Amino acid sequence: MQDAAHGALAPDAILTVDHLTMRFGGLTAVDDVSFSVRDRSITSIIGPNGAGKTTVFNCLTGFYKPTIGRLALRHGGAVHLLERMEGFRICKEARVARTFQNIRLFGAMTVLENLMVAQHNRLMVASGFSLLGLFGAASFRAAERAAIDKARFWLDRVGLTDRADWEAGNLPYGDQRRLEIARAMCTDPALLCLDEPAAGLNPRESASLNDLLRTIRDSHGIAVLLIEHDMSVVMEISDHIIVLDYGRKIASGSPENVRNDPAVIRAYLGEEEALPPEIAADLEGGR
Amino acid sequence: MATVTEASTPHRGTDVITAAKEAAIAAGVMAVLALPLIGFILVDVAGGVTLRTRFGGVLTAAAIVFVGRFVIAMLRGRGAGPIAHLTGLVTRRVAGWGAGRFVGPALVGFAVVLPVLPFSDRYIIDLGTSVLIYVMLGWGLNVVVGLAGLLDLGYVAFYAVGAYSFALLALHFDLSFWACLPLAGVFAALFGIILGFPVLRLRGDYLAIVTLGFGEIIRIVLLNWQDFTGGPNGLSSIPRPSFFGAPIGRSAPEGQTPFHEFVAPVMEPIAALFGGEWGFDAIHRIVWLYYIILALALVTNVFTLRIRRLPVGRAWEALREDEIACRSLGINPTNTKLSAFAIGAMFAGFAGAFFSARQGFVSPESFTYIESAVILAIVVLGGMGSQIGVVVAAAFLILIPEFGRDFAQYRMLLFGLAMVLVMIWRPQGLVSGREPSVRLHAERR
Repeated sequence: MQDAAHGALAPDAILTVDHLTMRFGGLTAVDDVSFSVRDRSITSIIGPNGAGKTTVFNCLTGFYKPTIGRLALRHGGAVHLLERMEGFRICKEARVARTFQNIRLFGAMTVLENLMVAQHNRLMVASGFSLLGLFGAASFRAAERAAIDKARFWLDRVGLTDRADWEAGNLPYGDQRRLEIARAMCTDPALLCLDEPAAGLNPRESASLNDLLRTIRDSHGIAVLLIEHDMSVVMEISDHIIVLDYGRKIASGSPENVRNDPAVIRAYLGEEEALPPEIAADLEGGR
Repeated sequence: MATVTEASTPHRGTDVITAAKEAAIAAGVMAVLALPLIGFILVDVAGGVTLRTRFGGVLTAAAIVFVGRFVIAMLRGRGAGPIAHLTGLVTRRVAGWGAGRFVGPALVGFAVVLPVLPFSDRYIIDLGTSVLIYVMLGWGLNVVVGLAGLLDLGYVAFYAVGAYSFALLALHFDLSFWACLPLAGVFAALFGIILGFPVLRLRGDYLAIVTLGFGEIIRIVLLNWQDFTGGPNGLSSIPRPSFFGAPIGRSAPEGQTPFHEFVAPVMEPIAALFGGEWGFDAIHRIVWLYYIILALALVTNVFTLRIRRLPVGRAWEALREDEIACRSLGINPTNTKLSAFAIGAMFAGFAGAFFSARQGFVSPESFTYIESAVILAIVVLGGMGSQIGVVVAAAFLILIPEFGRDFAQYRMLLFGLAMVLVMIWRPQGLVSGREPSVRLHAERR
């Protein structure tokens, strides 16, 4: 039932990935993966290290051009084929925002400036491509105030308002992670892709991350696609989970289904009886 | 607390030994280097050439290096060193004043009154003009290097494009300086975009090499395209900028009033007040040129300060920080880089047009690589992205060789030494510290 709703033809899917394959020379990092992301849902991609999760993200956000496959994003009555778009247009036009596994903030700029850069395209138009802005036109100043208000809204949400004028590079690690999410949200995304947002966070910070992601889904109605290793985050907030191993999709479904799926257990814990009994006994004896 | 003192006291002795060792090694290296450079000299004696030795000089050089190295090593032992501490304090103060709040207006005020100060003569005003050209170039390059983080070693190419644009337009189409100034900026900006396209994918060292090559290409084209640019002979008799249509000179062409007669109704009573007489003076042109470049430089300053606070300026800085993150936020890196190149180049074009108007003559010799290096040094020494730092560094780099004239052949040595010292003490530049383009909370002071 759950799976049927997420089939390739799901009517409420914001993102549909069909037969995505990414080869680097002889290495197939992602092999014929299909899945979809429902609107207003949190979908997680999990899998052991090297399973191809980040490669899927990089294909989605235009950093790689997929070898084979179709990545269709629907919102506002239009369909954007992400595999054909130039990198920066994926955020600008298809409205897919992302964060990075190794945080990529603008370190020498302040927290607020980071959020203003995220609203670049709107402000650029408001500033008349700098001409109006140079002469301090009132319309531009109003647009800039609106941008600051939006930044402030997200700073309040992630609890960084007091540190708005800090250099982003000087923030503690957990704050940097949250700032990156706030920055992605300032681009007004339709789909938010988060690459390991809970990496390096302590349990308290993970819990507040869960709340933040739920707010983004429920109050803002934005679909979230998540790569995560931290099962306390994944199992708690995901509506749907996709499991990758060696570039293939080995399972998908609700957290409950995935947790009990034998293929998933095998991928994480290894094959049962992988070693012949006599060798296993030798290894035991050798210790 | 007591244990700390105990631990550090015996350390002192080993410090001296380490410093002496380091100094001995440095002195040894100096001796080896100095042996061929200072130790032997070819002397022209009675029609032949003989080899003389100067081993005393080698020893002196080694001794100087030993002492210098020893002192540096000892100073380093005490944390950052007192001089670094002092300069750091001064520059933090300067940056702490918000740079533009107090020091900036004071410098502008000084620059405005400089020509009428009692000690100002032709030489001082000329020197001020030179400094201001480099200040303007430094501010222009700051957009490319300091804000957008694109290392450009061929900036002088745009300066050359501006200079030749004005010279050629003035000579062939008889256009005035004021008509050519915007055109020179536009041409230079176009060249900035032409250079920008092939280097869009390059960063850091690779970009530096390509821009270096571009600078040389422009110079070599100017050198070899005899029919168009006059080749190595350059272009001469370029018209000087007029004073609102009045040429500055003893006499004016038919139908025009020379400057001193043009302003006579205003200036004659003033001159009379001070018991002087108003008439033609060669210094008028120098002062007028000085004010033109001062105005151009201030326009550059205001423009770059404002554009930094606009979305495009923030996008430049974001591009410098992380290009991949920029793309993921929907910023078009191509347009952003090209706009930085174009705007940086445009100011070099203005400065170039002024340069050829001031000299009345241009040749490729004025646009060699060393010019690019000096402009880049101004930006780096001043502190990347700092407006006031550029002024300090430009004054420093132009005035040091001037004041060093008494030292004749050691002038450039002094210049190099000063640069090395600044980079040791202030690796982040003379005036560092970034002012955010926008604040959420009022600044606490």
